[in-house]
Amino acid sequence: MKFKSLMHKVMAAMLALPLIPSLAHAFQAAPAHRADYNGWTPHEHWDAVWHETMLDITVLGIVFAVITVAFMVMYVRKGHGERGKLPTLTNQAKIGWVVLPCMLFLGDDLFLYVKGFDLHNHYREVPTNAVEVKLTGSMWNWNYVDVNGIDTDNELVVKQGTPVVMRMVSDDVLHSHYMTRYRVTEDLMPGRITWQWFMPDQVGESVATCREYCGTMHSGMYGKIIVKSAADYDAYVAEQTASIPSVTGVAKAATAADQI
Amino acid sequence: MSGFMGHEPDGKPGQPKTVKEWVFTLDHKVIGVWYLIGAIASFVVAGLAATAMRIELGSVGPDITDNGDIYNLWLTMHGAVMILGFQIPALLGFVANWAVPIMVGGKDMAFPRVNAMSVWLLWSGILLALLNLVIPDSYNGMWTGYPPYSLTDAVGNTALYSSVVIILGMSSVFGAVNLACTVAFMRCKGMGWFQMPLTVWCVFTANVIQLIFVPVLAASVLLLSLDKYLGFGFYNPEVGGDVLLYQNLFWFYSHPAVYVILLPFMGIMFEIFAVSARNDVFNYKATVWAVIAFIPVSSDVWVHHAYVAGLPDWLRLLQTFTTLLISLPFGLLMLSLTGTMYRGAIRYTGPMWWAVGAFFMLIIGALTGIPNALSAIDYGISDSYVIMSHFHYVMAVSGGMAIFAGVFFWFPKLTGRMCNSLMTKLTAAGFFIGMNIVMGPLYFAGMEGMPRRYMDYQMYADNELIVSAQHWSTIGIYITFVSALLMIVVWLHGAIAGEKATSANPWGSQSLEFTATAIIPGQGNFPTPVICPEGWHPYNFIDNPKPEFEPHPGTSGHH
Ligand code: HEM
Ligand SMILES: [Cu+2]
Ligand SMILES: [Cu+2]
Repeated sequence: MKFKSLMHKVMAAMLALPLIPSLAHAFQAAPAHRADYNGWTPHEHWDAVWHETMLDITVLGIVFAVITVAFMVMYVRKGHGERGKLPTLTNQAKIGWVVLPCMLFLGDDLFLYVKGFDLHNHYREVPTNAVEVKLTGSMWNWNYVDVNGIDTDNELVVKQGTPVVMRMVSDDVLHSHYMTRYRVTEDLMPGRITWQWFMPDQVGESVATCREYCGTMHSGMYGKIIVKSAADYDAYVAEQTASIPSVTGVAKAATAADQI
Repeated sequence: MSGFMGHEPDGKPGQPKTVKEWVFTLDHKVIGVWYLIGAIASFVVAGLAATAMRIELGSVGPDITDNGDIYNLWLTMHGAVMILGFQIPALLGFVANWAVPIMVGGKDMAFPRVNAMSVWLLWSGILLALLNLVIPDSYNGMWTGYPPYSLTDAVGNTALYSSVVIILGMSSVFGAVNLACTVAFMRCKGMGWFQMPLTVWCVFTANVIQLIFVPVLAASVLLLSLDKYLGFGFYNPEVGGDVLLYQNLFWFYSHPAVYVILLPFMGIMFEIFAVSARNDVFNYKATVWAVIAFIPVSSDVWVHHAYVAGLPDWLRLLQTFTTLLISLPFGLLMLSLTGTMYRGAIRYTGPMWWAVGAFFMLIIGALTGIPNALSAIDYGISDSYVIMSHFHYVMAVSGGMAIFAGVFFWFPKLTGRMCNSLMTKLTAAGFFIGMNIVMGPLYFAGMEGMPRRYMDYQMYADNELIVSAQHWSTIGIYITFVSALLMIVVWLHGAIAGEKATSANPWGSQSLEFTATAIIPGQGNFPTPVICPEGWHPYNFIDNPKPEFEPHPGTSGHH
C-alpha cells in the first residue's frame, strides 16, 4: 500500500533525527568549564542556551504548524457525504508511531537537558575568588552588606571583574532577588539561607527586582546593582569605610572565615 | 419519590419546566448546565478583573488605581476564580456531567444525589469567594497563598481562602468519585474501555488525578489556617516550621492540576477534530495510553515550581529531567490531533474554528514550556512575564478556546437551537487575534526581565521594549473583551432566538450523545437502554453499525 511505504520512510527519517541534535552537541565546546569568567559569564552562557532553546522550539513549532496547516488545507471536505479515509494502521505501524516520535522527543529533551546541565553547574559553582555580600530582604527593602562592611539599602556597588556571591535571608515573608542583567533569581526565606552569584563584567548600572509576591508594594521592591571599575571602586570603598572604621575590620575577619 | 426528583428514565425529551425542577434536579444534564452557568459567571467576573489589570498595566504609573491592595485583590480573584471557578468547573463539571454519562450510554451519573451536592458546593464556593469583594479585610495573597505572607495580617482573610479551596476541593472529590464510578460501571452494554470517546478518557483520567491529589491541597491550606489562627507552626520558621513544606504540598497538587485542565480540553479538541474531519482519531489506542501516562508523569514534576526556592541542586536537575519527559505523552497527543486531519474530509463549522484556534495556541503554549522546564533557564525567567505568557497560552487561550468550542459543539443538545454560525466564527477569530496581541508581546517583555504580579514597572520605565509590549497588550485586551462579550451575546441569542435544530446530530458525530438521543435528551437520556453493537467505535465514520435499543414494552422506538 502507498501509505505504508511512505510511512516507513517517514519512520526511518524520524529514527535518524535524535542523532542530529546529539551530534551537534558533541561537536560543541563545553563552555561552563572555562576558568576565565571574563570571557564567559553565567549570563552570557544563559543567553547562548536561551538562544538555542528558542531556535529549537521555533523549528519544532514551525514544522508542526506547517504540517497541520497543510493537512487542514489539503483535506477540506469536497462533497456533502464525504468521509475521512485515515488508513488503518498495522500493529507494527501503531507501535512505530509511538516509539519513533518518542525517540525524537526524547532526543531533543536530552539535547536540551545536557545544555541545561552545563548551565546549571555554571550557576551553582561559585568561583573561589568571589567576594561575599550579605543580603536581607524585608517588606519592601533590599539590604546589602558587603565584605567591607558597607551597608546599603536598595543599592549595591561592586567591582568590575570580581565575582560576587550573595548569602540571603528574609526578615519576614518570601522575597526573590532577581538581577535583570545577570539573569539570576533565588528566593529569600525566613529561617533558611540561600545564595546566588554573578559576574559583574561591565561597568554600569542595572536593575534588581523582587520576583516573589510579597504584599502590597511587591512591585515597589527594587534596587540597583552598580558596577565600578577597579580604581573607582577602591575610591568608593575608601570613602564609605572612612566613616565606619570599626565595622570594617570585624566584617572582613568574619567573611574571610566563612567564604564559600 | 416525586417525579422530578427521581432519575428514572421517562423517555420524554426536553428540559425541566419549572424553577423548582431546575433547582432540585438530580438529572446529570441539568446539573451539568448549572456547572456551566457557574463557570461562565466566574469567567465574566475574572475576565473583568483581567481587563482592569490590563488597563492598569497599559502604561507606567497609576492608570486606574494607585492602591496596591486593590490591584492585588483583582489579581488574586482573577487567578483563583479563573482556575477554580471557571476552568475546573467547566471541564470537570459541565463536560464531565453533561456529556460523559451520555457518551458512555449511561442513563445518569452513578450517584445522582452526590452529584447535586457537588454542584451546590461549587456554587457555595463561588459565592464565598465573591465575599472577598465586599468584606473589609479581603484576601490578597494570590491563588497560591504562600506562607509566611499568608500567615501575616497584611494578607487579609486567609480563613476565607482556605475555606473556599476546601469547599471547592470537596466538590471536586465528590464529583471525581462519581464520575469514575459512572465511567467504570454505567457504560452501556457492548461498550468496552477502548470504545470510549477520548473526551471520556480524558475526563476520567483527570478525575483520577483529582482523587489522588486534591486531598493534599486541602491538607496544605488546612495547615495554613491552623498556623495562622491557632498558632500551630507547620510553616512558621520561628517555631521550627518550614515555609518550603507548603510549596511542596501545594504544587504536589497544583502541578497535576494543570493536567486536570489540559487533558479534558484536549479531549474536547479530539472530539471536534474527529467529527469535523469525519475521520478516525490517529492511533486511538496509543492516544489513550498517552492520556493515562499523564497520571504518573504529572505527579513527579512539582519541583519545577520551586527551582529557585533554595531546594537542593540535585533535585533541581532530577526534576528538570522528569519535567522534560512530559513532552513524550504530550507530543503523542499533538501528533494524534494532527494525524486526525490526515486524509480527512474537514468541514469548518463554528465549533471547529474555536478548536483549531485552541490547537495553534497549544503549539505555542506547549513549546514555550520547554525552556521553563530547564532549571538553569528558569534562573533567568522564574516568576517573569515569560511564565505568565506561557501559561496563558496553554490554559487561558488554548484551554479557554477549547472550552468554548465545547460549549458551541454541545449547544444544540442543550438548547435545541443553533448559534449563528458566522458570528461563532467571527468571535473565534476575534478572540484568537486579540489574545495573541495580549500575550505575544508580553513574552518579549518577560525576556527583558518584567516580573509577574507587578502593578507597575517604574524600574523598567526606560526599557522601550517592555513599555511598548505592555501598551500593545492593553490594546489587545479591547479586541478580546469585545469578542468575549459578543460570544456571550451569541449564546444568549442562540438560546432564545436561534434557529431551531432540525437534527439531533447537526455535526455528524458518531458518539452516542448525538446518535442515540433526542435533540434535547430528556431525563434518563435514552428512551430505552442502548446497546453498542460489535465493531461500533465512536470515531468510525465509514461503516459504523447503528447502536441498538433494548426492546422496551410500551415504547415504539424513538427519534
Ligand atoms: C481573558 C483574558 C485574560 C487576560 C487579559 C488575563 C490577564 C492576566 C493578567 C494581566 C495577569 C497578571 C499577570 C501578573 O502580573 O502576574 C493574569 C494572571 C493570571 N491569569 Fe489571566 N488573563 C486572562 C485569562 C485567564 C484565564 C482564562 C485563565 C485561566 C486559567 C487565567 C489564569 C491566570 C492565572 C492563574 C494568573 C496568575 C495569578 C497569580 O499570579 O496568582 N487568565 N492574567
Ligand atoms: Cu519582596
Ligand atoms: Cu516581592
